Amino acid sequence: MSIDFIGVWIAALLTLFIFSFLYKDNPFYKFAEYLYVGISAGYFAAYYYHNVMVPNLFVPLQNHQFDYLIPLVLGITILFRLFPKYSWVSRYGFAYSVAMGAGINFIVYLQANAMQQINATILPLISLEGGFNLGQTISNIIIVIGVSAGLVYFYFSKPHKGFLGSTARLGIWFLMISFGASFGYTVMARISILIGRMQFLINDWIKPTIALISGS
Amino acid sequence: MKQRLPLLITLIVGLTLIVQFFSPGLSFIQERFTNWFLVVIVFAFLLGFLSLVKVNITKIKRRSEDWGYSIPLLIALFTMAIIGIGWGIGEGTIFNWLFMNLMVPMSATMFSLLAFFVASAAYRAFRARNLEAAMLLIAATIVMLGRVPISSAGFLSYLKLDAIANWIMTYPNTVGQRAIMIGAALGVVATSLRIILGIERAYMGEE
Repeated sequence: MSIDFIGVWIAALLTLFIFSFLYKDNPFYKFAEYLYVGISAGYFAAYYYHNVMVPNLFVPLQNHQFDYLIPLVLGITILFRLFPKYSWVSRYGFAYSVAMGAGINFIVYLQANAMQQINATILPLISLEGGFNLGQTISNIIIVIGVSAGLVYFYFSKPHKGFLGSTARLGIWFLMISFGASFGYTVMARISILIGRMQFLINDWIKPTIALISGS
Repeated sequence: MKQRLPLLITLIVGLTLIVQFFSPGLSFIQERFTNWFLVVIVFAFLLGFLSLVKVNITKIKRRSEDWGYSIPLLIALFTMAIIGIGWGIGEGTIFNWLFMNLMVPMSATMFSLLAFFVASAAYRAFRARNLEAAMLLIAATIVMLGRVPISSAGFLSYLKLDAIANWIMTYPNTVGQRAIMIGAALGVVATSLRIILGIERAYMGEE
């Protein structure tokens, strides 16, 4: 039995341990669950060491770029969160992280998610590309009216009554279709992963094991 | 010192990032800040790592409920970390073998498990109690049917479910997603400003 086949057996048993949760919470599932947490934490520790710490801290410091002592000090302050008496020291590191997130997100979200999406919504209500195009015209109208109505639904500064209420209701309809489509898409993605696991169990584990036992 | 310095760090870093966006000559600042940020984030991960170790060691010491499962967790955690840091993480390493045979299958199975739970959630969500729920039901059903081969078999092929599913994903779905994206983006921008200006201070913790 090769090392790869031992790996297949371990993977198959762990797969079955996790699927056993479908019956009810049990020791096999709990073992796999805790093991998964441990493996994941250990994986990311090694991953960050090789892909972040070495190129972004150790190499610059070896090359005498001493400004990289700043993130080292800020990072160490974060670890003070483990000591309740000195946890206030961690604010420096967190302040830097939060500021980076806020500064980058301010621009990225404003540019990519707000401006570009608004820009993409400003469409001709009558499409005349290569002559009158009815299908594209209907689609454009749906996009312009739908996005506007959806945004009206998220406007909570005035009560949703009268015209505002009707528009908000139209917005809800579009949002519901969108949620339904996203739900259907997610279900299909999960089913696809499930089929992948079943194929693994049958093709990579059961069939080769039977072949090994029968000697063929 | 305890309050003002963190707020000052937030203000300077946040404003610098915004200003550099409008001054292409200063883009090196963002590059350097981002490299530093990656290092700081690893320490945030290390905080979580050490916290996980601390919690599980305490659990074992106190013989708390399910303490026995903390032992494989700690063994897996240190084995993976030590092997990965000490012997590398590339192809053909023990780390990669453990990743392929333990983490990948467990990760995929955990996600596939959700297929069963979304099915039960669907049962509750898809009861067409009102017009909105009916729209959700119809959109989800068409998208699901349109993505499987059965939609192009027999009489179902006349319904062109795959084309309708594609149209729903391209237009009505885009409309909903876009409205949410614009609304969320404005929220993120407002929250970012509040953080940079020191109005939002939740990250500072209790004092």
